[in-house]
Parts: sequence; structure tokens; C-alpha cells
Amino acid sequence: MSDNHAPRTLSQRLGWTGTIVAATLVFVFLMAPIIAIVPLSFSSSTYLTYPLPGVSMRWYQDLFTSDKWMLSVKNSFIIGIASTVLSMILGTLAALGLASWKSRLKSLVMAIVLSPMVVPVVITAVGVYFFFAPLGLTGNYAGLILAHTALATPFVVITVSATLQSFDTNLSRAAASLGAPPLLTFFKVVLPLILPGVASGALFAFATSFDEVVTVLFLAGPEQRTLPREMFAGIRENISPTITAAAVILTIFSVALLSCLEWLRRRGEKLKAAVH
Amino acid sequence: MAAFVATGAEIPLKRRLRRAERTRQLKALGLVVPLLAFLLFTFLVPIGGMLWRSVDDWEVGKALPQTVVALKAWDGKDLPSEAAYAALASDIRRATADRTLAVAAKRLNYVVNGYRTLLTKTGRALKEQPAAGEAKAALTGIDPAWGERATWSAIKGAGGPVTDYYLLAALDMQRNLDGSIVSAPEEQSIYQGIFLRTFGIGLGVTLTCLILGFPVAYLLASLPPKQSNMLMIFVLLPFWTSLLVRTCAWIVLLQDQGLINDGLRWLGILDHPVRLIFNRTGVFIAMTHVLLPFMILPLYSVMKAISPAYMRAAASLGAPPAVAFVRIYLPQTLPGIGAGGLLVFILAIGYYITPALVGGAGDQMISYFIAFYTTETVNWGLASALGAVLLSATLVLAVVYGKLVHGTATTGGVKN
Repeated sequence: MSDNHAPRTLSQRLGWTGTIVAATLVFVFLMAPIIAIVPLSFSSSTYLTYPLPGVSMRWYQDLFTSDKWMLSVKNSFIIGIASTVLSMILGTLAALGLASWKSRLKSLVMAIVLSPMVVPVVITAVGVYFFFAPLGLTGNYAGLILAHTALATPFVVITVSATLQSFDTNLSRAAASLGAPPLLTFFKVVLPLILPGVASGALFAFATSFDEVVTVLFLAGPEQRTLPREMFAGIRENISPTITAAAVILTIFSVALLSCLEWLRRRGEKLKAAVH
Repeated sequence: MAAFVATGAEIPLKRRLRRAERTRQLKALGLVVPLLAFLLFTFLVPIGGMLWRSVDDWEVGKALPQTVVALKAWDGKDLPSEAAYAALASDIRRATADRTLAVAAKRLNYVVNGYRTLLTKTGRALKEQPAAGEAKAALTGIDPAWGERATWSAIKGAGGPVTDYYLLAALDMQRNLDGSIVSAPEEQSIYQGIFLRTFGIGLGVTLTCLILGFPVAYLLASLPPKQSNMLMIFVLLPFWTSLLVRTCAWIVLLQDQGLINDGLRWLGILDHPVRLIFNRTGVFIAMTHVLLPFMILPLYSVMKAISPAYMRAAASLGAPPAVAFVRIYLPQTLPGIGAGGLLVFILAIGYYITPALVGGAGDQMISYFIAFYTTETVNWGLASALGAVLLSATLVLAVVYGKLVHGTATTGGVKN
């Protein structure tokens, strides 16, 4: 722990106060838009302005009774869950392989595996659109799930690899020496220990798919529009308070995801402490 | 048991170990192969395909095959031979009949404006194949443009199978009649400006993020874990909030009747609303907000590792706090500044959604034009060429980033 927060001289104290003031302003900047949109979603007026003329739930009612919005929620979950499952399987396997693979090619393979994170999404989307269109993979779930899996898998590889770094391989050797076949060792010894990493990778993967709009713009037909795609269209036309209601629901969802992640991180730390 | 010992004695331990290690390596590779195969299909081949489209030039060769062959021998100095005219007349008649002329006309129209009209007009006027030796007269009779070198060099240049036309166009360059590379005329030169704008916005956002992110990272790294974990929520919650939600929120806040404008008027700072959204200001504010966590997190992890002993040593040697900060602390944060800055810049130059929603027509970045040429005007060659330029810039920066952080990747959510 540093003792920077216990300044002694006047100029140190000034510097520390300046840091606190500046950081507080930035925290306000980061949080203000997310907080400011919440009351507006309960406004009784169609205008998104303060002060609120009255409080009502009409925009939430609008949201939950609209076929268009409900379809988009369903689509987001179908695509999100399918690509999460796919990227979890592919990413965990690859991370396990990469952990025990020793080759000069390893850094190249790692770069390829992580590249969907770096390449601008528009480029991926355009490339996939050109390639998938003649294969009949546009205007249906399959194409979107494949594209989102490609974008989400790097996060699973990274989180699982990070967990594997602190994994004691002697544990799986011990299991093997006691006669456990490799698959049993994996499910009974390895998987339970790396599960926090796999689960946070899955959360990252789901969030990536759930928030992705560029490939949806290119690949989805009207029947596959996801929640962010519907919001994109709504913001383009004219922001109605229904969008703010959708935004609030999405924010609550992000808070839930973040809490899960934090819980997993704590659990992972506890596990690590228990093993060592 | 005896047999086991016997075989064990025959093969030296070293070789058996090597064999076991090889099997282990093969198994490891086998675990990576599914993902590699998947990415090959959903990512690498599609991007390779896009890169190929930026040089692929098939349209004219398909619609006017005989002409392309006849022009192979043409040196481009004078008008082509009578044989080329005859080939063109025959090609145009056939292509008009089986309706393949339009694709080639579109391609040639990129090079010479009005080519589409010329080809359609010629196709309609050519009722029959001109008699031997009269093709040149017949074609120039339909339109004098067939008596110009530029008309012919356009066909020769677009004859395929590959072209540098789109890549040059993406950099505001073109080939002149002699085939040398020159700058495109000023009224067609837009992409250099758009790339400059893209990098300019990226640099501006990166610097803003650094200025805003530094004190936050410093505070978080200096506080005891309990407090910094609490404050970290203010960084992570926006990070996890949907990009669309944040963009929407900024539009609501920054609009003419929004909270910011109302607040400034209430305070008496303004007497009429200032335009804060659908212009460059809005793009800067919204992009900085989205990318700020990508700056704070790498900076924080570097600052966290800086031992306070250095600053204490500097102080004990008589350095005033400001001097100690600039000469001792700041240089140690450079890896974090470099990593965060590069990460923000790489992500920023690929931005599409945020500028599309909060920017005006003059604030769109290169990604917007890639999408525009793909879906709106269907000029896939140019879309791919612009994509190739953006991709190269990104990959170069990503390699530098990889070197900087020594291959240890950050777990950042790439939201775009």
C-alpha cells in the first residue's frame, strides 16, 4: 500500500487535493449520462427534458407491450446465449491447448486468436458480409451467431488463460497417478478450479454479443434485429422515451453482469488462497 | 509386468520422454485447432476475401473479353488497331444481348464519368456487327469518344485480373494515360482528408482520455484497496453499460433542451442554447466517455506497481514534490501511458456507431465510408480498399502495442 494519500507538506497536500477534485469531476463525467437518463424514462411527457412534468410508467408499458421491442429482446438473448456457449467451448479448449503448447508458432497463433478484438468491427462485418451472403448466412440467426462467436471468443481465451496461469498442473498429475482418465481429470479436477475464469469469460462473451450492433447492421434481416440494433434505429429516427426505458433496463442488466463478474473475481481469489 | 520392464529397457528413457512430450504437444495443438478452424471460416477467410476484393478486377474482363485480349498488345500511345474496334463491337453486342454490360459499365464509370451512358448508347446503336475494316468508323460514328485514347485506356486499365485502381483511389491517387501514378484531381480527393480526420479525432480523443484518465488512475492506485475498489465501480459501470445506452444518454444530455444547455442557461452563463451534439464536440465527448476506461485501466495497473519508495527517496534527497513527480513518478508511468494511449487510439480510429449517431455529415470517420460504400452505393472495391488501408494502420499499431505490453493482453471489452 502506498502512503501517497497521507501528504505531509503544503504542496503535497495541494497536489493531492487537486487529484481528488479532478478525479471527482471525471467520475461525474463518467456516471452523469447513465444516471441522468433514468428519471427521464419515468417521465409522463414525450419530451426528454427536465423538470419532469409528472411520473408515469407508460414508456415501460410501451416497451413491454411492443412486438418490435420484445422480438429484439428475444433475438438478443438467442444470439447472445448461442454465441456464448460456442465461444466458451472453443475458447476454453484453445486456452487449455495454448497453456501446454510449446512452439515458436505460439505467439503467432495467440495473435490470430486475439485478432478479432483488435480489427475494427466494420472491417470484420464487411468481410463476413461479403463471405456469408453467397452462403445464405445473412438474414438468419446462424450467420449472426457465427460472427458474434468470432468476436467474443478472444475474451474467453484471455480470461481462461489468465486463470490457467495460476493453476497447479501437479493437481492433474496427481489425479492421473491415482488412475483418473484424462476426461475425468478434466471434469473433476481442472474444470472446477478454472470455472471462475470460464464463467467470467462467458460473461464477457455474452456482453460482447449483447452489445454488438455493427455486424447486426450488415447481417441481420428484419426478423433478427437485436436490442442494440433497435436502439440504433430509434436513435437515428427520433429518440422517444421508450428508448430511455430500454436503456434503463439494459443498464440494470449491465449492473447485474458486473456484479456477477465481481462475485466471480472474489470467489477466484478465495479459491486461489485456499489452494496455495 | 516383466514384459513392461523389458520394453522399458529396450527404448532409452530419453527417447520415451521425448515421445511422450511430442504426444502432449500434439494433444495441445489438437485443442487449439477447433478454434483456429472456426476463425478461419468466420474471420480470416472473410477478411482475406475483403482484401482480395480491393484488387480484384473481373467486371470488364467478363463483359468485354475479346476487347481485353485485343488491347493486350496496345501500347497506349495512339488509338488501338481496327481489330480492337471489331472486338469491342462484337463484345458490346453480345454483352448487351445477355445483359452483362451494366456491371462493366459501372466499373468503367468509376474511371471515366459518363462511361455508362457511352456503353449503353453504343449497345443500343450497334444493330449489327460492322463489316470487316469498318468497325472503327462505325463506333466513332456512334460516339466520338471512341476516337479518344482515354476511353480505351480505361478498358485496358480495368481489363483485370487485378488492379491497383481502388487502393490508389483510397489514397486519392490514380494512374494517368501513361500509367504513372499521380494525385487525383482536387474535386475527387476526399479520402486523404477523411483519413486525416479519422486520425485527428483518434489523437484528440486519446489525449483527452489521457488528461482525464491520469488523475483517476493516480487516485485509484494511491488509495487503500477498500476505497479504490469502491471507486473503481464508477469506471467499470460505464465500461459495462451498452454503447448504445451511453450514446443515447449523451444525445439526451447535450441536446438544445438538454440538461447541460438548460443548466448553463439557468446559471446565466448562456442566454441561448449552444449546439453540443451532431457536431465534432458531440463526437469528442461521447467517444471520450466510451474510451476513457480503456485508458484508466492500463494506467492504473502500471501505477499500482510503482513503489512509493522512489518518491520518498526523491523527497528525502530534497526534491520538491512537483519535481519529484515529473522526474521520478511520471517516467515510470510511461509504459501505462503508451499502452493506454495506443489502445484508445487503435479503438478510436475504427469507430463507426458513435460518430454515426452523434456526429454531423462532416464528422464521419473512415469506418462510416467503408459501410457506406458496402451497403449504399455498392462500390465493394473501394469499400475494401478503404478497409485495407484502415486494417494496415490498425495492425501496425497493434504490433507496436503487443511489443509494448510484452504479449500480455488486457481483458478489455472492445465495444464499438
